Amino acid sequence: MTTHNHDTPNPYHESARDDAENKALTERVNKMEALLLEKGLVSQDALDKLTDIYENDLGPMNGANVVARAWIDPDFKKRLFENATSAIAELGYGGLQGEHMVAVENTPEIHNIVVCTLCSCYPWPVLGLPPAWYKSFAYRSKVVIEPRKVLAEFGTTLADDVEVRVWDSSAEIRYLVIPERPEGTENLSESELAAIVERDSMIGVTKVSAP
Amino acid sequence: MNNIHDMGGMTQFGPIPQETDEPVFHADWERKVFTMNIATLAFLGPVDRARHAVERMDTKEYINSGYYQRWLRGIEIMGKDLGYLSDEEIATGKAINHKETPHPPPDAAMVEGLIRAGVPATREDGRLNPAYKVGDRVRVRNLESKGHNRATNYVKGKVGVITHYNGSHVLPDSHAHDLGENAQPLYTVRFEAKTLWGENVERKDCVYIDLWEDYLESESKG
Repeated sequence: MTTHNHDTPNPYHESARDDAENKALTERVNKMEALLLEKGLVSQDALDKLTDIYENDLGPMNGANVVARAWIDPDFKKRLFENATSAIAELGYGGLQGEHMVAVENTPEIHNIVVCTLCSCYPWPVLGLPPAWYKSFAYRSKVVIEPRKVLAEFGTTLADDVEVRVWDSSAEIRYLVIPERPEGTENLSESELAAIVERDSMIGVTKVSAP
Repeated sequence: MNNIHDMGGMTQFGPIPQETDEPVFHADWERKVFTMNIATLAFLGPVDRARHAVERMDTKEYINSGYYQRWLRGIEIMGKDLGYLSDEEIATGKAINHKETPHPPPDAAMVEGLIRAGVPATREDGRLNPAYKVGDRVRVRNLESKGHNRATNYVKGKVGVITHYNGSHVLPDSHAHDLGENAQPLYTVRFEAKTLWGENVERKDCVYIDLWEDYLESESKG
């Protein structure tokens, strides 16, 4: 279960800007766009193509397909933990910000969480662009020192003897958490399994629930 | 560089803001900033320069800016550093000077190719003989850097154990400043929570972080 505290005032929230701020930023960005186009530093069709890819092609459904395959195919799972980049490429995913993938497995004994404390590095080919919470100062700063408090904010509690491993993405390696397969999903198909794998479970702040 | 971007270990930024049904972009200007950033990498890159541009921001401005506001400032900083943009041009949106670009801007097919192929950071011709092996105990050198650096403050001076050798990776510290790739061994290092945050940490939690060889020294040294 996820706790949604979006009613809590937080000046650092991405969508906390008022109309005046958005208007000023829109004007500033439009000027920059006109400038870059005029100077030949960008082309409009490249900008349009990038929008299309990141709004339509890439997203957590890709990562969910990787997780579902790992749950049903032990050989794939083995390859995934040996070389995640090539195993993920078998499903057709890879590229920018996913050049060097590592998969980490959540088990009853070990719980993995991913962060980038210095900026907001994130495995774009399998999860798309990061949600605002992942980029928030609150998450970036706190998860390395108080991971269990962070998990509690997402409604996730772990037994004291579970080892929490926080992966700080400081280089070009990108981490994908393979969450535990929930009980009661033995009869689900691969696509049905993929449908229950939510983004946050692949960052490691939640667990996957049976439907 | 010592600045607020290196925030790992702070605790007072308030609750983590969560949204249901969050859009990929919260406003059209965010979409534009994202796509402009990727599209201009051909001239303003590498990505290490882009990260360094953001971490050079005025601290108060950084704190009061959202993610894509910081990226926008990054474009401005890189564009000015490299002589493509001036303050006056940024303010007006009108080109005054024309620094010649080395090639035309990437078209749709080229950016799609970039997204699909990525920009691998591993090299076969860098420093290929790792000085450390898995299981070695290493200390993160307490180097103060005026430039780009990816060793977080919270691990500097601390001892951890190498858990993975990841091959030879381009060093951001030099690459961000046009000083060459200086590819060298990249290790994943595990730090116990007690080592990082003190003896009052009760549980056996830990942090794994990726560190280049030049960031490290043997525990026995120093």
